[in-house]
Amino acid sequence: MTIRSARLTHDAIEPTLGVAGVALVADPLGALYEPGSGALIVADLHLEKGSSFARRGQMLPPYDTATTLGRLARLIATHQPRVVIALGDSFHDDGGPARMHEADRAAVAALQRGRDWIWIAGNHDPAPPAGLGGEAREVLALGALMLRHEPTAGAAPGELAGHLHPVAKVAVRGRSLRRRCFATDGARVVLPAFGAYAGGLNVRDRAFHGLFAAEAFTAWMLGDAGVYAMPSWGLRPD
Amino acid sequence: MTAFQPPVDAAVLPDRFVRWFAGRGWTPRVHQLELMAHAQAGRDALLIAPTGAGKTLAGFLPTLVELAETGGRSNIGVPGIHTLYVSPLKALAVDVARNLERPIAEMGLPVRVEGRTGDTPAARRKRQKERPPDILLTTPEQIALLIGDPSAGRLFETVKRVVVDELHALSPTKRGDQLALALARIRALAPDVVTVGLSATVSDPDALRRWLVDPRRGRPLAELVQIAGGAAPDISIHQTDERLPWAGHGGRHALGAIYEEIKRHKTTLLFANTRAQAELTFQELWRINEDTLPIALHHGSLDVGQRRKVEAAMGEGRLKAVVATSTLDLGIDWGDVDLVVHMGSPKGASRLLQRTGRANHRLDEPSKAIMVPANRFEVIECEAARAAALAGEQDAEAAKPGSLDVLAQHVLGVACGGPFDADALFAEVTSAAPYADVDRATFDDVVAFVATGGYALRSYERFAKIRKTKDGLWRVSNPQVAQSWRINVGTIIEATTLKVRLAKARRSKAGTVAPGGFGGRVLGEIEEYFVETLTPGDTFMFAGEILKFDALVDTDVYASRSTSDAPKVPTYVGGRMPLTTDVAARVRGIIDDRASWPQLPEQTREWLGLQQRRSLIPEPEQLLVETFPRAGKNFLVAYTFEGRLANQTLGMLLTRRLERAHAAPLGFVASDYCLAVWALRDMSAMIAGDLLSLDALFDQDMLGDDLEAWLEESALMKRTFRNCAIIAGLIERDVIGAKRKTGRQVTMSTDLIYDVLRRHEPDHVLLRAARADAARGLIDLERIVEMLARVKGHMVHKPLSRVSPLAVPVLLEVGREPVYGASQDALLKLAADDLVAEAMAED
Repeated sequence: MTIRSARLTHDAIEPTLGVAGVALVADPLGALYEPGSGALIVADLHLEKGSSFARRGQMLPPYDTATTLGRLARLIATHQPRVVIALGDSFHDDGGPARMHEADRAAVAALQRGRDWIWIAGNHDPAPPAGLGGEAREVLALGALMLRHEPTAGAAPGELAGHLHPVAKVAVRGRSLRRRCFATDGARVVLPAFGAYAGGLNVRDRAFHGLFAAEAFTAWMLGDAGVYAMPSWGLRPD
Repeated sequence: MTAFQPPVDAAVLPDRFVRWFAGRGWTPRVHQLELMAHAQAGRDALLIAPTGAGKTLAGFLPTLVELAETGGRSNIGVPGIHTLYVSPLKALAVDVARNLERPIAEMGLPVRVEGRTGDTPAARRKRQKERPPDILLTTPEQIALLIGDPSAGRLFETVKRVVVDELHALSPTKRGDQLALALARIRALAPDVVTVGLSATVSDPDALRRWLVDPRRGRPLAELVQIAGGAAPDISIHQTDERLPWAGHGGRHALGAIYEEIKRHKTTLLFANTRAQAELTFQELWRINEDTLPIALHHGSLDVGQRRKVEAAMGEGRLKAVVATSTLDLGIDWGDVDLVVHMGSPKGASRLLQRTGRANHRLDEPSKAIMVPANRFEVIECEAARAAALAGEQDAEAAKPGSLDVLAQHVLGVACGGPFDADALFAEVTSAAPYADVDRATFDDVVAFVATGGYALRSYERFAKIRKTKDGLWRVSNPQVAQSWRINVGTIIEATTLKVRLAKARRSKAGTVAPGGFGGRVLGEIEEYFVETLTPGDTFMFAGEILKFDALVDTDVYASRSTSDAPKVPTYVGGRMPLTTDVAARVRGIIDDRASWPQLPEQTREWLGLQQRRSLIPEPEQLLVETFPRAGKNFLVAYTFEGRLANQTLGMLLTRRLERAHAAPLGFVASDYCLAVWALRDMSAMIAGDLLSLDALFDQDMLGDDLEAWLEESALMKRTFRNCAIIAGLIERDVIGAKRKTGRQVTMSTDLIYDVLRRHEPDHVLLRAARADAARGLIDLERIVEMLARVKGHMVHKPLSRVSPLAVPVLLEVGREPVYGASQDALLKLAADDLVAEAMAED
C-alpha cells in the first residue's frame, strides 16, 4: 500500500489507499470513497445504541443516532456518492429501527434520496432494518472488492470489512494517542467504526491475528484534519 | 482524680465505669466527660483532638454507659442498632472493634459489637439485618447500601447515636457527601438520633460543626469539645554529607543513616508520598539490612492478605519498621511506634503533624519525627512545612457544596429502600450541610435524571427507573433497578487495575515464558496505565522486588523475578499529593529571602546560587519565565509559586494560546512552584523576533473564552465527567471495564458520551456536576486571577541555552495533560515521520 496522492478537501489530508489494485480515498471522518463506482463505504454505525442501553437502565444521551447521521450527512455532502454502503452493525440491536425517532428516520430518507443505499447484515442486525429504504445484502461484490461485515479468517484479497472497530495507539514524544483507524496491508481493509457511541479495539489485539500477511499492516489513524499512516510495528497495545 | 479535677461532674459516669478507669490507673478526661454530658442531653457534638488523646473511647463512652444501664438493648427484647460508627477506612473499623473489646470484657457489659464492610461475608451481613448488634462499625458505602435496603426503616429506627470518625478527612470528599445524605435519611427514620464527630485539629471547626447537625432541629452548630495539643513534636530534618540529588523523590542517599535510626528505636514508621517511593525505600532498606531486621511494606496496591499480615505483625510489635503510604495516615493504632520518618516532604502542615502523631501515642510526650528531603528543592519544602507545623498552622480546607452525582445515587438508593415523596426528600436533602444551597429546580433535575436521564428529548419515559405513582410517591420500576444500584453504590472510582502475577519459571527455548508457565501467585494490583508504558523485558519495582514484565494476558500482568539491581522503568504514579498553599507561600519566602539562605544545607545553597548565576532568582513581585531547548523540544518555564492546581490550569490555558501563536505546544507539566510547556518551535527565537509576546501570553483575558473552551475540551473534564457518570449511575462500572474480560468486546467510552451530550445538552445536570467538580477541586481559578493581575508589567524573560537549575525538578515531574486540537494532528504526523525515519535508518 502506498500513498498515491494527497487530495486536499476542506484542509484535510485524504490519502488514497490502494487495495487489490483499487484506489480508495480515506476520509478523516472514518469512511472510504471509491471514485470509480462512486461508492461511499462506512462500517458499524451502531444506530440507537443509546436507546439500547436505556432499555437496561443506563440512560445514555439519546442523541447518538442524530450525531452519527449528521456526520454521515457531512460525508455525503463532501463526496456526493452514487451509492452508500453500510458494512453491517448499522443498528446496535434488532429493535433499533423501531425505536428510532421520526426526525432521524426522515434524515435517513433524505440521505437516501437520489442514490442507492445498501445495508450489509451484521451480527448486531442480522435482519434488514424494517421501514427504512435501501437494499439488504449479506455480502456485496464491487468490482475487485468484496464487502462484508466480519472479516474472513485468513487471506482475503480485496475484502472491505468492519466489525472489529480498529483503533491504533502510538507513543510519541512522551505522549500516547489512541485513535480510530483503517487497518490495511494493501490486500484488504478493516474499517473503523463510524457510530458516535462505538468504542474501539486495539489493532494489536489477537482478534486481528491472521488477517494480514506476516501480521504486517498499516494503521491509517484518524486525526481531526487528516489520516496518518503508521506501520504496525510502531503501534502499541492497550 | 485529685490533681486533674474536671470541671464537669464525673458523677455522669456510673460506678462500674469509675472503677474500671481507676483499675487501669486512668482518670476520665475532661473531654470524655463533656462529650458524655452533651450526648446525654441529646446534643450533637464535635470532638477535636490531636492523635493519641483517646478520641475513640470518648466517642463510645456515652453509648457504653447507656447500654450498661439498659442492660443491652438486644437483651431486653428491643433488638436493634444503638450506635453506628462510621469510618473512612475498613481497617479503622477493625481496629476500633479491638479497642472496644477490652472495656466491654473487663466491665462485663452486655454489648454486642460487629463490623460490616465490603469484606464481611454475605451470610453474616444477612444475619446482621435479622439480628442487629448493639454497635455496628462500618463505612459510608455500607450505610448507603443499608439505606437502599427494604429493611432500612426497621434497621435504623432504633439508632440513638452515630459516631463519625476522622470527620475532617471525610467531609471534604464525595464519600462525605454520601454520608451527609445518609445521615439526613437516618434522622428521618430515627428522630432521636444524636451525632458525634471525631476530628483531628482543623482550621475551620465550624464547618464540621454545621456538618453534624440538622438545622431544622434548632441548633445551627454542634457543640464543640476541643482538646489542646499535647507536647510539641520533635521534628528534625535529615542532614547529609552525601550528595543531595537534583531531583527525584527517592531519598536513597539518606537510607544508611535512617537504617541506623531504625536500629536505635523500638518501632519506626516510614511514610512515603507515593507507592513508587515506598517500593524504592523498602527495596533499599533491605539491600542494606545486614542485621535482617523485620522490615515490612504496606501500600494500597498490595494483595489484601499480605496487608493484613503486616498489620497483625505490627500490632503484635513483631516489626522493627514498616514502610507505608497514606493508607496508614488515618487514626489506626499501631502500637509502640517511637519514630516516624517522612520520606520526602509531607506537603502540608496538617499531614506532617498527623503522621508525626503516630509516634508516641500519648499526649504528654513529644512525638519524634525525621523528615528526609529527597532533593535539593525538598529541603526548602521541608523547612517550610516544619515552620508551618510548629507555628500551629492547619491546612485550610474549604467546605464544598455537595456533588450532584452523589445526590443522584442517593435519590435512587432512597427509592430502592422504599417509595418517597419528592417534597419531603427535598427538605431532607437540604438539611444536610453540603446540600443546604441546592434549589428545588436542581433537585427536580436530579430526580428526572435518575428516572429517565433527564434529557430534553424525552424518549426514555418507557424505560424509566423510578416512576411517580398515583399516590404521588416515587417508586422503583422493577427489582433489577435496585439490583444494579446495589452493585454500583459508592463514590470511589478506582483507576482500572490489573493483577500482577509472578510467572512460574518455566521457560521455552527462546527465553520467553511459555504460555503453560502462566498462573502464578498474585503479588498485588497495578494501574492499567502504568502497564501500558511497559514492553516485555522491561524491569520495574513492585511488592518490594524488581520484576521483569513478561506479558499481559487478559486482566493479568505476568512478571518474573529479575536479577537486575536497578529497574529500567523507574517509577509509577500513585497517591501523589498536592502541596498546600500555605507551605508553598513559605517556600517562596525562603527563596526570596537571601538572608535565610545560610541556614539551608550547602548543596541547596549552591543550587540557588547556581540559579542566580545561570538565570536569576525572581523578586517577590516578579514572574520569571525561562525559555530553553532540551532533548529536541523547546521549553517555556514560568515560576508562579501558586500551587499545582493553579499551575495545571495555567498550563492548559497557555498551551491553547501558544497553539494560536503557532508555537506548536506538545504538552506541559505543572508542579507546586512552576509549570513547563514544551513545543516544537523555538520560543526563545519567537520572543526575540516579536512573534510571541509574554505580556499577551499572560494577559488576564485568558480567563474568559479560553478558559471555557479549554475546560470543555480537556482530558481533565472528560475524566471528571466519567467519574460523575459512574457515580450518578448513567453508566455501570462493569461496562467500563468490560473489554478485557471478554477479550474482544468493544468498550463503551464515556468520552464519546461526553462529546455527544455536550453538543446537544450543554446544561445537562451531569455536565453541571462535572463542571462544578472541575472548578472546585481541579482548577484553582482564584489564585490565577490574583497572580495575573499582580505580575502585569512585572514579567522577566530569561532565554537560556540549556535547562536552568531551578527548572530541573519540574522537568522530572510526571502527570502530563495532553494537548488537544491541531497539535494532535501535528503529533500524529510527527509519529508517522519518526517511524518512517526509524524504518529507513541505515544499520
